[in-house]
Amino acid sequence: MTEVSINPAALGPTASAKFRERVLPFILFGMVLVAIPFFGPSRTTMTLLNHIGINIVFALSYNMLLGRAGLLSFGHAVYLGLGGYFCVHILNWIDAADGGFWGNLPVFSMPIFGFAMGAAAGAVIGWPSCKRAGTAFAMISLGVAELMSAGAFMFDSLFGGEMGISGDRMAGPDFLGLSLGPLADVYWFIAFWTFFGVVAMFAFTRTPLGKLSEATRDNPERVQFIGYNPTRVRYLVFIFAGAFAGMAGGMSSVQDEIFTPENLSLIPSGAILIAAYVGGIRYFSGPIMGAIVMTYMGSNLSDYTAGWLLYLGLMFICVVMFVPDGIAGLVFGFWRGVRSPNRSEVFGKWAWQVSGVVLMIVSIIIIVEVAFRWSDGYGEVFEPFGLALSHTSILTWILAFVPLAAGVVLMRHAAAKYEEA
Amino acid sequence: METIVFSLLNGTIYGLLLFMLSSGLTLIFSMMGVLNFAHASFYMLGAYCAYTIMGVTNFWLALLLAPILVGAVGMGVERWGLRKVHANGHVAELLFTFGLAYLIDEVVKIIWGRTSVNYKVPESLDFTLFTLYGSNYPAYRIFILFVSIFMLVSLWYLLKKTRVGLIIQAALTHPHMVGHLGHNVPLVFMGVFGAGCALAGLAGVIGGNYFITDPAMAVQMGPIVFVVVVVGGLGSLEGAFVAAMLIGILQTSAVSINASFADIFGFLGMTATSEVGGITIASLAPMLPFLMLVLILIVKPTGLMGDREV
Amino acid sequence: MTQSALKLINVHKSFGPAKIIQGVDLDIAKGEKHAIIGPNGAGKSTLFNLVSGLYSLSDGEVQLNGKTISGKRPFEINRMGLSRSFQVSNIFSNMSVRENVRCGVLWSLGYGYSFWRNVGNLKEVQEKTGHILNEVGLLEKANLPAALLPYADQRTLEIAITIAGGAEVIMLDEPTAGMSHSETDRAVALIEKASKGKTLLIVEHDMGVVFGLADRISVLVYGEIIATGKPEEIRGDPKVREAYLGEEADEIEGASA
Repeated sequence: MTEVSINPAALGPTASAKFRERVLPFILFGMVLVAIPFFGPSRTTMTLLNHIGINIVFALSYNMLLGRAGLLSFGHAVYLGLGGYFCVHILNWIDAADGGFWGNLPVFSMPIFGFAMGAAAGAVIGWPSCKRAGTAFAMISLGVAELMSAGAFMFDSLFGGEMGISGDRMAGPDFLGLSLGPLADVYWFIAFWTFFGVVAMFAFTRTPLGKLSEATRDNPERVQFIGYNPTRVRYLVFIFAGAFAGMAGGMSSVQDEIFTPENLSLIPSGAILIAAYVGGIRYFSGPIMGAIVMTYMGSNLSDYTAGWLLYLGLMFICVVMFVPDGIAGLVFGFWRGVRSPNRSEVFGKWAWQVSGVVLMIVSIIIIVEVAFRWSDGYGEVFEPFGLALSHTSILTWILAFVPLAAGVVLMRHAAAKYEEA
Repeated sequence: METIVFSLLNGTIYGLLLFMLSSGLTLIFSMMGVLNFAHASFYMLGAYCAYTIMGVTNFWLALLLAPILVGAVGMGVERWGLRKVHANGHVAELLFTFGLAYLIDEVVKIIWGRTSVNYKVPESLDFTLFTLYGSNYPAYRIFILFVSIFMLVSLWYLLKKTRVGLIIQAALTHPHMVGHLGHNVPLVFMGVFGAGCALAGLAGVIGGNYFITDPAMAVQMGPIVFVVVVVGGLGSLEGAFVAAMLIGILQTSAVSINASFADIFGFLGMTATSEVGGITIASLAPMLPFLMLVLILIVKPTGLMGDREV
Repeated sequence: MTQSALKLINVHKSFGPAKIIQGVDLDIAKGEKHAIIGPNGAGKSTLFNLVSGLYSLSDGEVQLNGKTISGKRPFEINRMGLSRSFQVSNIFSNMSVRENVRCGVLWSLGYGYSFWRNVGNLKEVQEKTGHILNEVGLLEKANLPAALLPYADQRTLEIAITIAGGAEVIMLDEPTAGMSHSETDRAVALIEKASKGKTLLIVEHDMGVVFGLADRISVLVYGEIIATGKPEEIRGDPKVREAYLGEEADEIEGASA
């Protein structure tokens, strides 16, 4: 036997590794957040950035369930919505208050109230929901979301009916010199809470409960035999996930100043599921990347094409089928490839795959765009790079299917050529 | 009295339609462990296909061809999609069908437009069958009743009396054993998925013109069908049947009750002008299935007839 | 008379009409190493599941240190000081070896469901984890993902998680199944070391292991215990020979301490 003397107490990563992996990324993240305003982003960009911040917190809270605890939820927006509604009500109380607790409360603190409301909602709804895991849990979350968004329409004084409830973020005293009126102020507010939320949720993964949540995801049966109740673990994690979603709701109440029953529905819940999954649920940073990409696409792609939901669906299915580790998986895979000893071979494989994917994307875009224009019936013609691609022209059909076929051939070739032994 | 009779009749029809949808879902789930999130989308496809086929030929051909077509699409989805995802586990499979639901919704909008299509009850069935308490009862509803019962009986026959049924039953009770029976599992899976989708398609053919055929029909029906299978107990056909009938009749009856909370709890001093008092039972109808879901789960987490922990 | 650590009184279990366990009585003293043997399908694993709380009893009672544990849930039984392993490796496959053991340590050190502490900073947790990894010889592989371990190491990890909580009563379900001779020898040495001063209940097919390790042996056939006694008594028992016809009987005969 080889004698390797390892000090059992020093089994964990070295201090420098800890710094590199657990501190440095957050310092960099904070620096990026601070640096952004100095580039003088436009109002549109600022609004987009604020929404990205909200969605980063939301997506990470979602991944506490899906990625870390193995709980697939179709109704996570309920907690963001309830937290947000609560905060909009508080905004109105602050506005109406004349001194007293509400009168002296800075709007800056909204995410704390959102957090509390989200936790409360998680504690109430989670109690029946977390009795089951797996598919049943997913269906229950769906049912709860339907119930909440339908029920919200019945209580106008709480949810404001179809119009929703709006508030005024400029109410109440300033905090840290921020009136929260100008978008730039809101940016600092969002940046602060995004940073706080990201750090807090990362810290959560390092706690005993966070570790047990991963253990429960991997093997709920075994967890029982190390002294833990898997139902209790899931329930506690569920409350935290609800709380951080509620915090995102509090951030959103200040940014958008309005909440409608739509915010509780399946649509935002589905969107955050897609964002987290496309980003990569196995990596902590995955949902962050997913939130950035998806929020950007959601606000920009719809300007370019009527078919953006279709693209979204296609992209999601492709990620589920071919890239289960998501964007984060690709990024870290790329990083590993760059540093691997047989770099040239890896690069060769990627070259084939990238060209194949690009060709297929060209085809898909043409098919979708031409189909949408045909469907609209306005006689509009898809004209990329000056080509007139009507659905009757042969060129369209060639361009639609030849690159697709070529792409498939390239992918097959790459798979065969670089087949792992 | 007449409200009760009409509610029961309409509720039964609605319940049978729900069962037609949920039986396919349950079959697929029991055999493959996949809850097909896009199930209601196949229901929508069934309605739209029937509409198109009916436009070219007639309703009867649509009734035959549309489910076959939808079943074929389902088999294709299983063969080239779901099968690839299988290795990544059930969550990945569920997410795949979730994405598929998005995709089918969008494709339907491209092909048939964003508004509802005029998928009508065929003329040969568009008449009043009988008059009850002075109200005309459309023949088409009774037709739905017969098709549903026919399907129910066929399904029962298939499960209890045929070889295929034996395999499926074995799979229902011992999902891990199918592979050991020496059957070509991928082929069985593909067949079951196709059959389940065909059932959903059939429900679409007869439900699409009973309700309305528009791109939102999948989103409206989907969650209710999931509630049915969870309330019934995931993987239990009997449970799904009981739950479907229960929800069908409850929901239909609720719609016809105009009483509000103020009428019921008036003795507690609740007034019709208050927010809660003003809520009518009828307006609660869309929420009933979900309320039932939560209640059942608190009382019996495994559902009415489920004993399988999933 | 020594106090019993684990006591089974008239334990029954049936699944529908099938009676799997039909009245098992067993009394295991503190510090005893007790083995259960029996042909396939005798109900050994079912018995384990009954004692550890995975299945509920149809009838009878199980006591741990004089307290009734039947009817309690697995995690409650575990907290009372009974820990078990599984026949099939039942580990947390997406976590590293170290994290696996660390999860097993947490409850016993009182960290419960806490979410205000950083596991990396809990000194006793790290030390105990390291100690156990060292004891089972997985120190060098501590940072590998559990799923990538070779089979024998996964079995070792299975034992490591089982003993991590420091339970006084340890139940091992076929710990050497599927191992080679040398691997089995190492596993036996590990079990002897890990169960020193503790009560051990073990199900095992390898008669060499059983007769080498156990103070007493019970023979379970068709859900009933047909004999309990010291290894030499069991070896000579005609009823046991009858239950183990042929090859395995010779194996019992040939097995030496």
